[in-house]
Amino acid sequence: MTNANQPASSANGTASTTALAAGTAAPDFTLNSTLDKPLALSEYRGRPVILAFYPADWSPTCGDQLALYNEVLPEFQRHDARLIGISVDGKWCHKAYAEARNFRFPLLADFEPKGEIARTYGVYHAKNGTSERALFVIDGDGVIRWGYVAPAGVNPGADGILTALEALPVAAGARS
Amino acid sequence: MSVAQATLTPPVTADDHLLGPDNAAVTLVEYGDYECSHCGRAHAIVHEVLRHREGQVRFGFRHFPLARSHPHAKQAAAAAEAAAAQSQFWAMHERLFTHQDRLDEASLIAHAAAIGLAADQFAQDLGHETTAERVQADFLSGVRSGVNGTPTFFINDRRHDAAWDVASLLAAIDAAS
Repeated sequence: MTNANQPASSANGTASTTALAAGTAAPDFTLNSTLDKPLALSEYRGRPVILAFYPADWSPTCGDQLALYNEVLPEFQRHDARLIGISVDGKWCHKAYAEARNFRFPLLADFEPKGEIARTYGVYHAKNGTSERALFVIDGDGVIRWGYVAPAGVNPGADGILTALEALPVAAGARS
Repeated sequence: MSVAQATLTPPVTADDHLLGPDNAAVTLVEYGDYECSHCGRAHAIVHEVLRHREGQVRFGFRHFPLARSHPHAKQAAAAAEAAAAQSQFWAMHERLFTHQDRLDEASLIAHAAAIGLAADQFAQDLGHETTAERVQADFLSGVRSGVNGTPTFFINDRRHDAAWDVASLLAAIDAAS
């Protein structure tokens, strides 16, 4: 697990120089989503949030990653955690993608200005014009507790997220 | 923290479905889904790998049904477990991966008959809670182990992140021997 105040780790052991570190307050944002209304991160305050930045809808690796998280949702929910997927794709692309894959969690459109939220979190890949594949676990107080930037083309799985959720102190009033 | 160093959790035990010698230098474990087309391709590849390294590799299979993508995957995995209760796991495993377009319940019962299982016992085990629990336990162990899609391979308990064509798997097995 990433220690507080160290940048999010990448798989080769070198710290990403830009990704927001554990211990940092997660910047709030409001984006169009696959829900019927825009979603603000702060709406989930009081619960852990898994923020999963991924490069693009429809690409095979992302599909596997999000399909996996879709299956593991009951495990995330045991920690009362909410999962949010976020990429630079637009709202209608997200809607088609989420419907085709039967996703049970919202996808957010970091579309205009493109990649602004990814930049804020330090995980925008300017050359590719997409975000990195980056995971943040945010606690109920809105503080980043764990971050991970996956190497290109590698699907990070869900074990790191579950380990980070288990390490969170149980919030007062959290549902079991 | 390094997610890339994913480790098989729990490691292989006698409860796993295993092929090959217990004292093999290398154990290859696959997390797979009987309705996944990639796993169908991997099935033939695993056969070839085991043929090339006969006696040197032990192979284990754990269930990782992606049920929201593959509506028949959990029941197909349960069919393999119900066959295991009659000591025919691998016969059913073979049957399922070679009939991926026939995984509805009637087909599963037909597969059981084709490999000579006792029909009543199979039907009872197929719907039994403990069968579903075994499949779910495999799935959760996969999540814990860093399975990130199907198929995912582990070689001597370490996730194999490289390609899984025959040559790549053989090279990784030889490197671990």
